Amino acid sequence: MEITYLEAIRQALWEEMDRDERVFMLGEDIGVYGGAFKITKGFLEKFGPERVIDTPLSESAFVGAAIGAALMGMRPIVEMQFADFIACAFDQIVNMAAKHHYRIGEPVPLVIRAPYGGGINAGPYHSQCPEAWFFHVAGLKLVAPSTPRDAKGLLKASIRDPNPVIYFEHKYLYRHMKGEVPEGDHVVPIGKAEVKRQGSTVSVITYGAMVQHSLKAAEQLMPEGIDLEVVDLRTLQPMDLETIIASVEKTGRAMVVHEAPKTGGIGGEIAALLAEEAFRCLDAPIVRVASPDTPIPFSPVLEEAYLPNADKIAIKARELARF
Amino acid sequence: MDTMTKIVMPQMGESVAEGTVVAWLKKVGEVVAKDEPLVAITTDKVDFEIPSLAAGVLSEILVQEGQVAPVGAVLAYIEETAPTGAVPPESPKAEEAATVAHATPAEIPPAPRPETWYSPAVLELAKEHGVDLEQVRGTGTEGRVTRKDLLDFIARRSKAAAPAPQRGAEPFAAAAQDQILPVSHLRKAIAENMLRSKQTAPHVTQIHEVDMTAIARYREANKDAFSRQTGINLTFLSFVVQAAVDALRGHPLLNASYTDEGIVLKRALNIGIAVALEDGLIVPVLREADKKGFLTLAKESADLAARAREKRLSPEDVQRGTFTVNNLGAFGALMGTPIIVQPQVGILGFGRVVKRPVVINDTIGIRSMAYLCLSYDHRLIDGAYAGAFLNHVQANLEGFDFSTIQ
Repeated sequence: MEITYLEAIRQALWEEMDRDERVFMLGEDIGVYGGAFKITKGFLEKFGPERVIDTPLSESAFVGAAIGAALMGMRPIVEMQFADFIACAFDQIVNMAAKHHYRIGEPVPLVIRAPYGGGINAGPYHSQCPEAWFFHVAGLKLVAPSTPRDAKGLLKASIRDPNPVIYFEHKYLYRHMKGEVPEGDHVVPIGKAEVKRQGSTVSVITYGAMVQHSLKAAEQLMPEGIDLEVVDLRTLQPMDLETIIASVEKTGRAMVVHEAPKTGGIGGEIAALLAEEAFRCLDAPIVRVASPDTPIPFSPVLEEAYLPNADKIAIKARELARF
Repeated sequence: MDTMTKIVMPQMGESVAEGTVVAWLKKVGEVVAKDEPLVAITTDKVDFEIPSLAAGVLSEILVQEGQVAPVGAVLAYIEETAPTGAVPPESPKAEEAATVAHATPAEIPPAPRPETWYSPAVLELAKEHGVDLEQVRGTGTEGRVTRKDLLDFIARRSKAAAPAPQRGAEPFAAAAQDQILPVSHLRKAIAENMLRSKQTAPHVTQIHEVDMTAIARYREANKDAFSRQTGINLTFLSFVVQAAVDALRGHPLLNASYTDEGIVLKRALNIGIAVALEDGLIVPVLREADKKGFLTLAKESADLAARAREKRLSPEDVQRGTFTVNNLGAFGALMGTPIIVQPQVGILGFGRVVKRPVVINDTIGIRSMAYLCLSYDHRLIDGAYAGAFLNHVQANLEGFDFSTIQ
């Protein structure tokens, strides 16, 4: 049976709460209200107020509390109502959660769920893709699933991981993306990319909502004899360089697509890694398709112009294929 | 204080993958001045000497004479001596070394920049499969050779590669008094290139007669002044080169390559000039001959020929010719049937200029005559095209515009 991306996340949370009583949740409006996106609807009734905790608007405080609980052996899951608000908890995440293991040798099994991304006409404070802010920080794992199957499997893996994991769940995909999810205890390992479409002309390295746009672009280009290979990173940190390089060795051409602005984005790091590790197999410059370096506009027309999509990916991929 | 300096096999042109050590000019333990010639190397493109990169003592030889080493391989180590060390800077060798200006390390070209650039993937693949990239037609941006172009080329080539026909060579049996000479690298390279060309291109040679009287008279009258002013000889060959360059502009198929990918019309007009050596033959190249005047071409030809005889050509000097001119007359030949330099499609031989009785307007006169002998690749060029080209060269020579010699 096909389920939505949102339902896949709900199932993972439910099953992990059910499986392991150390798992508990904190966040704004996750209890009585059932969460801003209704992901945690019914959790309070089932698991009780001690494991489904409504917090004040105080990201720094409740991430700090979760870190403390994690150090004491609990398995906290923090919901950022919107990933944009994660900046308020930046110090706790970057200076506390990420460093404890290195400083005191204690694991911090914390998951921060970060509903991110645009395409939902929500303006500059509710649409950002902040993954690159954390990509630079040693000690954090970052995952960003693109399908219900990966959403469920990676969330379970994140909850069971002994390290702090930021789980980037794309808001556009919540109800737009449906797919089959394997029955039973389905876990997708952190650190493994997946080739979502085999191709021979250009390797498109991407993640999150851009995977779907890239797959659409691939269909557009197929009649022109341009055969895109779409590599879904799934995990941003630690990055699966082996899969990326294997793909680029096959095609000789690499393109990175992400929704976050281009400058300082993850695409730059991937391009640098390819230049360092796979220079000899490159037949063309590495190309990035990303958003412009501005805040995300509120106007739907402007937002559409701002975000990468299948058409924009196809145009760049066509140029790269012909290079 | 002392440090070890590596002497490595340099990259002598993009298609050269290895070189052979012909002779070590120094023995292990011998003192070497900086820039002093250290080892003689040969490749199938060019012979050269590698100078020492440092002053010191040749401490170890890793590649012995006669051995082949890939580009980048360490050939030897020089143990550097500190400036205050045992070797005085005023070593007598240093002076000698200073004359070997051509061989300073800075001038050994790294991979020469091709006219169209190649991506890392293409270079890697070409090296792996031993492909001369100039043979591959590019379909990428500005005619760039893409990885796919190269893969297609390799696939076609391996399909086309039939087993080489067994040549019915007589079984070798040297009689007691026969002498067996070793085959030099240059000889071997010439042998392979000539055989390959004959097997690749169906050669046809077409011969026109040209009246060189006007040029001969001009030359006779001006040669002393010319050599006084320029330091070089005024040769018939310079006139022929000039005439051929002009005619090639109007006959682009002769400045081309016939490849599996299609007919490659070369944008550059680089004229190879065959130069006889004591032990063989080499064809240095006049680059962009169509953009140069008579004097420049004459000077460059003289320079290339001189450097060829002194074995001072760089790999660049012998690469990327697009057409060749061959002075058959230099050794007395009236005519000949030259072999094309692959992957070119034409070579123009020029015989000795001799005075002969010639019928003009039903009278007999004494004229300076010579033969123009064009060998061409009949896969691409037909007799009519070749004839038109030769007519053009002939007309250029017979009506030579001497005002162009400035």
